[in-house]
Amino acid sequence: MAERVGVYICHCGSNIAGKVDVENVSQWAGEELDNVVVSRDYEFMCSSLGQELIEEDIKNEGLTRVVVGACSPHLHEKTFRKACSNAGLNPYLCQMASLREQVSWVTEDETLATAKSKAMISGAVKRVLLHEELEPTEVPVNPHSLVVGGGIAGIQTALELANSGNPVFLVEREPSIGGHMAQFDKTFPTLDCSACILTPNMSDVSSHPNITLLAYSEVEDVSGFIGNFHVRIRKKARYVIEEDCTGCGICIEKCPKKVLDNVFEAGIGYRKSIYRPFPQAVPKYPVIDTESCIYFDRGTCKACEKFCPTNAIDFEQKDTYIDIDVGNIILATGYDTFDSRKIPQYGYGRLANVFTSLEFERLCNASGPTDGKILLRDGVTTPKSVAIIHCVGSRDTRFNAHCSAVCCMSALKFGHLVIEKTGAEVHSFYTDMRPTFKDYEEFYHRLLEEGMHFTRGRVAEVTDAARQPGEEGKLIIQVEDTLIGRQRRIPVDMVILMTALEPKPDAREVGLKFGISCSMAGWFTERHPKLDPVATMTDGIFIAGACQGPKDIPASVSQGAAAAARVLGMIMKGAVEIEPVVATIHEERCSGCRICNTLCPFNAIDYVEDKMVSVINQALCKGCGTCVAACPAQAISGAHYSNDQIFAEIEGLLFDVVQGNGSKPVVEEPEAVPA
Amino acid sequence: MADERFEPKIIAFLCNWCSYRAADLAGTARIKYEPNIRMLRVMCSGRVDPSFVLKAFALGADGVMIAGCHPGECHYLEQNYKTMRRFSMLKHTLKAMGMEDDRVRLQWASAAEGVLLAGAINEMIEQVRALGPLDWPKNWSENGKIDEAIEQLVEEHAEAMEVPV
Amino acid sequence: MSEKGVLALYWAASCGGCEIAVLGINEKILDVAAAFDIVFWPCVLDGKVRDIEKMDDKSIDLCFFNGAIRTSEQEYMARLMRQKSKVLVAFGSCAQEGCIPGLANATTKEAIFQTSYHDTPSTVNPDGIRPQTETEVAEGTLYLPFFYETVKTLGQTVDVDYYLPGCPPEPERIWDAIVAILENKLPAPGSVIGAETTVCDECPRTRDEKKIKEFKRTWEIIPDSDICLLEQGLVCCGIATRAGCGALCPTVGSPCIGCYGPNEGVDDFGARMMTALASVIDSDDPEEIDRIIHEGIPDPIGTFYRFSLAHSELRRIALPANGGSDAKLETAESA
Repeated sequence: MAERVGVYICHCGSNIAGKVDVENVSQWAGEELDNVVVSRDYEFMCSSLGQELIEEDIKNEGLTRVVVGACSPHLHEKTFRKACSNAGLNPYLCQMASLREQVSWVTEDETLATAKSKAMISGAVKRVLLHEELEPTEVPVNPHSLVVGGGIAGIQTALELANSGNPVFLVEREPSIGGHMAQFDKTFPTLDCSACILTPNMSDVSSHPNITLLAYSEVEDVSGFIGNFHVRIRKKARYVIEEDCTGCGICIEKCPKKVLDNVFEAGIGYRKSIYRPFPQAVPKYPVIDTESCIYFDRGTCKACEKFCPTNAIDFEQKDTYIDIDVGNIILATGYDTFDSRKIPQYGYGRLANVFTSLEFERLCNASGPTDGKILLRDGVTTPKSVAIIHCVGSRDTRFNAHCSAVCCMSALKFGHLVIEKTGAEVHSFYTDMRPTFKDYEEFYHRLLEEGMHFTRGRVAEVTDAARQPGEEGKLIIQVEDTLIGRQRRIPVDMVILMTALEPKPDAREVGLKFGISCSMAGWFTERHPKLDPVATMTDGIFIAGACQGPKDIPASVSQGAAAAARVLGMIMKGAVEIEPVVATIHEERCSGCRICNTLCPFNAIDYVEDKMVSVINQALCKGCGTCVAACPAQAISGAHYSNDQIFAEIEGLLFDVVQGNGSKPVVEEPEAVPA
Repeated sequence: MADERFEPKIIAFLCNWCSYRAADLAGTARIKYEPNIRMLRVMCSGRVDPSFVLKAFALGADGVMIAGCHPGECHYLEQNYKTMRRFSMLKHTLKAMGMEDDRVRLQWASAAEGVLLAGAINEMIEQVRALGPLDWPKNWSENGKIDEAIEQLVEEHAEAMEVPV
Repeated sequence: MSEKGVLALYWAASCGGCEIAVLGINEKILDVAAAFDIVFWPCVLDGKVRDIEKMDDKSIDLCFFNGAIRTSEQEYMARLMRQKSKVLVAFGSCAQEGCIPGLANATTKEAIFQTSYHDTPSTVNPDGIRPQTETEVAEGTLYLPFFYETVKTLGQTVDVDYYLPGCPPEPERIWDAIVAILENKLPAPGSVIGAETTVCDECPRTRDEKKIKEFKRTWEIIPDSDICLLEQGLVCCGIATRAGCGALCPTVGSPCIGCYGPNEGVDDFGARMMTALASVIDSDDPEEIDRIIHEGIPDPIGTFYRFSLAHSELRRIALPANGGSDAKLETAESA
């Protein structure tokens, strides 16, 4: 039976009709294009009346294919597929031509716009004739979820899911959850004690019956697909038997080895070789750092073992592996900070009293190495003047083009803390002041009133080379004040560098493990930057917090909760539909050459040794079509993007240049040869 | 089309996630570009089989553009690197076939780069316009001499057969 | 009329290997002779085109036509055999996809004539004479066939019922085809009589995932005798080439060159090779990728289109005059 195509040209008010002669296109399609039995133009195809037009024609005219020339399929493809489906036509038998975004809005000349519209309708009609009915497949969703990263975003996600009655695995790489927030002293703009608001949530995690906390652990391997992931987790040896440890801390007290703590104390404080990152750590169990431990170095000591009242120390402990099945995975792996040594003119690492923002957080923190006293590197002197340099490694195309989003507010917070605790003069050197969210601008004004000095300009240099009286023994900030257009030298005692937030150095590797992509910079890519910020291209994998881009605590918490809500929706439904636009290997044509085996980043292609063919796991396939295009035997077909469909579309698009020169013989069939 | 300027026909393959969205954005932002380009959507530039490009030329296109996400930004993680490799291979072969370099173009355009994509389209149209029509099928369509030659052959046979057997 | 079928075999632009391949079925040729009256086989039997012309249309049951179409005479014969035959089989690579004669499409008619009639060391042609399609002599006009600019396949010239791939087709496959015809177990018209998979399927070498850092020429390495040749960097076309030969070349350590043509459903053999090889190049750096390709594959047409240029999407290289038909007419008239 010949296909019966309906063509619908949308005016989109005057958006399309103002540039394209829609009546002409629709009439032309009805008269000139093969298989077109209905061709209409209509004011707004996406309106309910427009959709009804299609539905009625499918029923009354027996349409078997539908072409809609309207806006971009990204806007209304779903609308028109649904209209088809309402009228009993498989939704994949519909094709759109983007006459608005690709013609009327971008073309100057009306005649040419109409001609281009014809080409696009011709392409869509040729293509839709070869469309096949496709059905989405349904897979069950395992109600268990995995949250990777135990910072504030991950904690929020885990608690949301657990509180709704669903089991959660929370994996954290470090010995304790808490993330960067646990290092902070106060939070802006409310000046809440960071630990005071974080630790209750941390202990909720540790005591929650629905949360299995796997701290000091890393995800080794992920396989499976949405609803049905298999994950292998490596639990690193703590050398402490968790079941026996009471968390009394005697081992830490007795440990004779003190080492610089480069992680939690940001390199300005010390910890023991057996340690808990901080007193409120969750879980409470300590961990032995084998790099510095005397026993692991020389084979003697064992002080911790001797003094442990419950014999919980085990020097022979090995990494263990845990295999879990989960339905969804949320990555909340956080950020790292910029290495300020990359900007040598700021003197970090060379000039003692240049601090990074993280160091300063620890310096302010009552449980930090100075018990919250703001002191110079010598540990005794209180600074009389402090410079805060913004955008160190941010908004600087040499390092990171992005704005780190939190530094302006952190700098204001630091200014407040310095003034409050020391009464010192505080100078801020900013690029643009960006206090963008609720109560942030007010906080900026508060600091203006508190007497913090603001200089707009990027600092050229921090130096200890005095040139003028009053500069001796000081750090001098050389800067152009761009508001008054003058070079200034400002001597201070202490400099704080507001270091950029950067993606974790292994973000790309982690992304590959979970099958999600990163931006050029290394932030995880969301499915849609506006409308789907916590989902990713890989169904069942979500992202929350700063791993997606720099953000502050409330934004991270919101994302954590949003990701949990997305996952809960699927858990409640119990099943998800998987897009039928996937690739299939036709076994009879596959010779098992294995060209395709390395091409799928989602590991959807497996080689079956005994059959000597490759197969595609369609639940894992994302439908990109790369393997389809690569197969030398053309044994792989891609649903909805088959070669024939694309060839037909090309032919249709070139309807005005194709002159029967495709595969047809150049010379006409012979007339009767004279006998 | 009143003037006699050559209007090339260029086929473009756009990936669903970056470059097709860039085209959407060019539209939303009303950035004007010449109408000589006709676009097809594929899910990923990695779907673009060299035979699509060859087919477009065989059907009479004057140029072909492949557009995708920037390297490292592929929505399918790394598939556009395969596009990059295939494009290099295809271009190498097309060159051997005597095709001018400017008739094929690989263009990276993120979803935010409507202006960039529109600029690239205009630039390519200009380059192809400068090259003139490709009309590849003409390369193999022999001139009208074929039928004449066959007629002659038939006559020759007829004449030869005049000789009594 | 006997009850036997009527068989014709013809050769156009070909090397004669297909004719030998037919005889390669050995004593089974007697079975063929028992089943068919062979009315026309210029290579083996005396026969006249005039006799064929006088036959009724479709009076030949089966015609094996080997060779590509490069002159007007061959085109005429193709049309004639089509007209007289019920089943026309494009026999062998030349008829199916142009094969080695089709590589003429990688140059021009003018260049071919220049080489053949002027430049080769053995040519003695002081007057610079070239063959003319018409020559007046005392007895009248002498005709020579018209030499095409572009070699065509049989399928591009007339409708073909079946294709039998191979350069030449393996005798076993020829016999399989004859049996299929005799038993009337032919596939759908227009299809290729052969396997649906590629040479890898018949190749005894072990294969693994593929990552190529460098393409190597056959003289550069002594390949390991057990491992896939492509994995060793040799451009083996077995991945894209239709099975049927028994993987003769790769089995003995020589990479497949693609003589059995593309797999079922494939239009452009070269596209398949290009895309497959490029996909597994182990580099993400554009300059390194270019280097690997340019150094490793100095002759892409010869590598990817050795047998299929005439049948490919582009069919030939661009003509110097960029498609100007007047220029071509000139070339044609000088012939």
